[in-house]
Amino acid sequence: MKKDFPIFTNYPELVYLDSAATSQKPQAVISAVSEFYTTYNANIHRGIYDLSQHATGLFEEVRKKVADFIGAKRSSEIIFTSKTTESLNLVAFGWAKKHLKKGDIVVLSEMEHHANIVPWQQLKKEIGIELYYLSVNKEYNLDYKKIASLPLAMTKKIKLLSFTHVSNVLGTINSLEEIISYFKKLNPEMKICIDAAQSVPHIQIDVSKIDCDFLAFSAHKMLGPTGVGVLYAREELLENMDPLVFGGGMIRKVTKENVTWADAPDKFEGGTQNLEGVIGLGAAIEYLQKIGFETIRRHEQELIEYVIEKFAQNKDIVLFGHRDISSRLGIFSFAIEKVHPHDIAEVLNRNHIAVRAGHHCAQPLMDVLNVAGTVRASFYFYNTKSDIDRLCEGIEEVKKVFRK
Amino acid sequence: MDPLYREIILEHSQNPQNFGVLNNADIDVTEINPLCGDSIRLTLAIEKGRVKKILFFGVGCAISQASASLFTEEMKNKSLAEIKKMSEQDVLDLLGVTLTPARMACALLVYKTGKKIRLPF
Repeated sequence: MKKDFPIFTNYPELVYLDSAATSQKPQAVISAVSEFYTTYNANIHRGIYDLSQHATGLFEEVRKKVADFIGAKRSSEIIFTSKTTESLNLVAFGWAKKHLKKGDIVVLSEMEHHANIVPWQQLKKEIGIELYYLSVNKEYNLDYKKIASLPLAMTKKIKLLSFTHVSNVLGTINSLEEIISYFKKLNPEMKICIDAAQSVPHIQIDVSKIDCDFLAFSAHKMLGPTGVGVLYAREELLENMDPLVFGGGMIRKVTKENVTWADAPDKFEGGTQNLEGVIGLGAAIEYLQKIGFETIRRHEQELIEYVIEKFAQNKDIVLFGHRDISSRLGIFSFAIEKVHPHDIAEVLNRNHIAVRAGHHCAQPLMDVLNVAGTVRASFYFYNTKSDIDRLCEGIEEVKKVFRK
Repeated sequence: MDPLYREIILEHSQNPQNFGVLNNADIDVTEINPLCGDSIRLTLAIEKGRVKKILFFGVGCAISQASASLFTEEMKNKSLAEIKKMSEQDVLDLLGVTLTPARMACALLVYKTGKKIRLPF
């Protein structure tokens, strides 16, 4: 698989274990971006000329492709943003700010990325909503049933449950259907928002089965270019949602005094979009579908099993995450006692092993784990068992440097 | 010998000097490295404008801990004016190793904490 990714040809020593931060890009995606610029480049939705109309067609085809990819009924339910963070901000400030009032509760979890915490804290400052965090238990799963112990007066105030499908630190896959149906039984009116940034690259998503109202993800973690995010929003919610960006392309009519918005999704896409990025996302989806999620998952599970086996042999490694390969992805946060994550990453880097060290934009979770940070090795289908061997050799070197 | 984790750095990070928090400190400043979440707190007792005692506290990598240990050693008995005059290079010289830009922030965390001391305190 690595042969499809030019970076591994150009940097053959590289052991890339930071796909949870961003994935590498296959030639197919790079070529699609390049081909757009060399062959079809024109702004969309504006020109009468052929080139612009063709570019518009390509752009809108990707919207349809994304809708099919995640099981959305209509293309208009797919909003292009610039990143997952912006998608979640759009839920907070485009939807929640309009529909929630002081005292309403938004439920989050302790395993959220800052992108699904900070917008809600900000909204709390602005309109006085309350935040409730589902806790993470000792098995690194969400202890979501605790919510039932809250007084009824409180559960009735829950207007939104916004949580991550897969933890970017622990690798835990949250069982969406179970959790969502549990919450909907408590209060059928509440809306559900899923941060799917970590799951969409690895698992087939079907929003028609998940029963969620919003789902956010990015292109760059699933082989596509940076600078493109997606927000899926259920059609009935789109009309009563405000845009975040005001300007060209998102209007129906503008006078000196007044403006009426265009229909969704245009209403949410003010200004010129990241055209080549969206085209690249289309190519990424095609590439992923050609390999197929079953093949991806099978290969990744083999890697996960191998990592768990190798880590278990090494007494100095403390793994923050469970070992059940059916409900985790290849995201491994670990520590080596008395060696700081930065120092581990530094020594690994000398052997061309790229891992992340730090809090992974999940400081509340670090507090729960009672660590300042961890080392994170995250895998994608282009990784191999030999990458894992190299990681383990690197860890031995870390121990040598720090005389463990 | 390891080019980065020299003996002096390993020694100071594994057995840091001046580690802890001073009770009734005259100066108490903290700085965070937002990249990694590591923090360093400096507490100082001042007598006649000079550092009588200084302790640092924090969780950090070998580089930031060694740097804090060496820096606090250096600050002892110095006047606050002298400390304010110290440059980033002075701190890097204490460590005596070449750092990548990403690790520079680790080495300079204690320096940035020191910068937060306001004169006159």
